[in-house]
Amino acid sequence: MKLSLGLAMLLALSLAPSARAASEADYKAAYAAAEAASKEAAGMRNQWTVTVSALAAAKRAADGGDFGRAVAAAREAEALAKASIFQAVSEKEAWKAMEIR
Amino acid sequence: MNARIHIPLASLVAALVALALTSPDVVAADKVDPVADARAFQNFFFQKFPNVKHEDFVNGPYSMNEDMKRQWQEKEEFPPYEFALEAGKEMFSTPFKNGKTYADCFPNGGIGIRQNYPYFDSGEGKVITLELALNRCREANGEAPYSYIKDEMASLTAYMAYTSRGKLMDIKIPDDPRALAAYENGKRYFYTRRGQMNFSCASCHVQSPGERIRAETLAPALGILNAMPIYRSEWSGMGTTSRRFVTCNSQTRAVPLEPQADEYRDVEYFLSYVANGLPISGPGARP
Repeated sequence: MKLSLGLAMLLALSLAPSARAASEADYKAAYAAAEAASKEAAGMRNQWTVTVSALAAAKRAADGGDFGRAVAAAREAEALAKASIFQAVSEKEAWKAMEIR
Repeated sequence: MNARIHIPLASLVAALVALALTSPDVVAADKVDPVADARAFQNFFFQKFPNVKHEDFVNGPYSMNEDMKRQWQEKEEFPPYEFALEAGKEMFSTPFKNGKTYADCFPNGGIGIRQNYPYFDSGEGKVITLELALNRCREANGEAPYSYIKDEMASLTAYMAYTSRGKLMDIKIPDDPRALAAYENGKRYFYTRRGQMNFSCASCHVQSPGERIRAETLAPALGILNAMPIYRSEWSGMGTTSRRFVTCNSQTRAVPLEPQADEYRDVEYFLSYVANGLPISGPGARP
C-alpha cells in the first residue's frame, strides 16, 4: 500500500509539468516553428503531403480552441518537415547509388 | 625548424599527387554520357527479363504477366481510350477561331511525330514536351490553354500518339551543355527518393517491375512513356504524362510539382531518351 501510494505520487509528480494545458501562445510558437521548417522543405521542392495535412490539422484544432491537440499536430508537422529536409539534403548525393550503370 | 616545414610540405605534395591521380576517375564517374546511360539502362531490363521481347517493354505491366497480357489483348478490340482518340482527332482538325489548326504548329502537320517529343529547344534552353507544345500552339492562336492533366489534352496527345504508333522513339540530345544539364537533371529526379514513403521513381519501376503493390503490377521504367497518354481504370478515364508524374508523387506522399515544371519536363526527356529505339504504343490502357 505504501509502495503503491509512493508510486502514485511519483507518477503524479512526473506527469505534472506535461499536464499543464497548452495555451494559445504554446500553439503559436509550435506552429511558427513548424511553418518555418515546412517553408524550408517547400523551398527545396521536397514538401511532403503529410506535413501539409499536419499543419492544417494544427490550425483546425487551434481554431476550435483545442490548443493541446493543436500543439501536438504542429510538433508532428515540424518533425515531418525536418525529415523531408534531411531527405532532400542526403539525396543530393545518395541518388547516385540507385543509378543503373 | 626546416625539417618541420618540409614534412607538411611533403605531405601536401603527396596529397596533391594522390588527388591528381584519383580525380580523373571521380570526374569520369560523374561525366554525363547519355549514350552509355541508355545502353546500360536498356541492358539492365533486357537481362532482368530475358524472355520479354524488347519491343514489348512499352506495354508496361502486360509485358510482365502473361495472364494480364491476354486480357489486355482482348480489351484492345474495343479499347477504353477509343472515345478520347476520336475526340482528339476531331479537335486536331477543327480550326481555331483564327482559322488555323494544330497542324500549322508542328512539323509534318503534327502527324507521326510523337517519337520526337520531348525535344531540347536550343533557343529557349529548355525541354519542350508535346503537351507544352500543344498549349503553346493554342495560346499562339488566341486560344486558352488546356489542363495538362486529362480531358482535352489527353485526347489530343492520344490522337498524335496514335498517328505515330510503331515509330521508334527518337529523342536527340544536342551538343549543348544546357541539354546535357536538363538530361542529367531528369536522371537525378528519376533516381531521387522523395515523399514520406522515401520512394524514387526507380524504387518501383527499376527495382520492382513485375512485382505487385496492392492490386497493381508495376511497369518497367523502360518504355514507360511510349504508351502515353493512357486510359487507367483506376482513374476511370484518360491521363497524360503530367498526370502520371503528379500521381506518382502523391502516392509517395510527396507534394507534386506543378504540371510541366522543369523537373517533370527533364525527367520526361531522360526517360524518353533511354527508350530510344523502342516503338510508340500510345495511347495505352492500364489497370
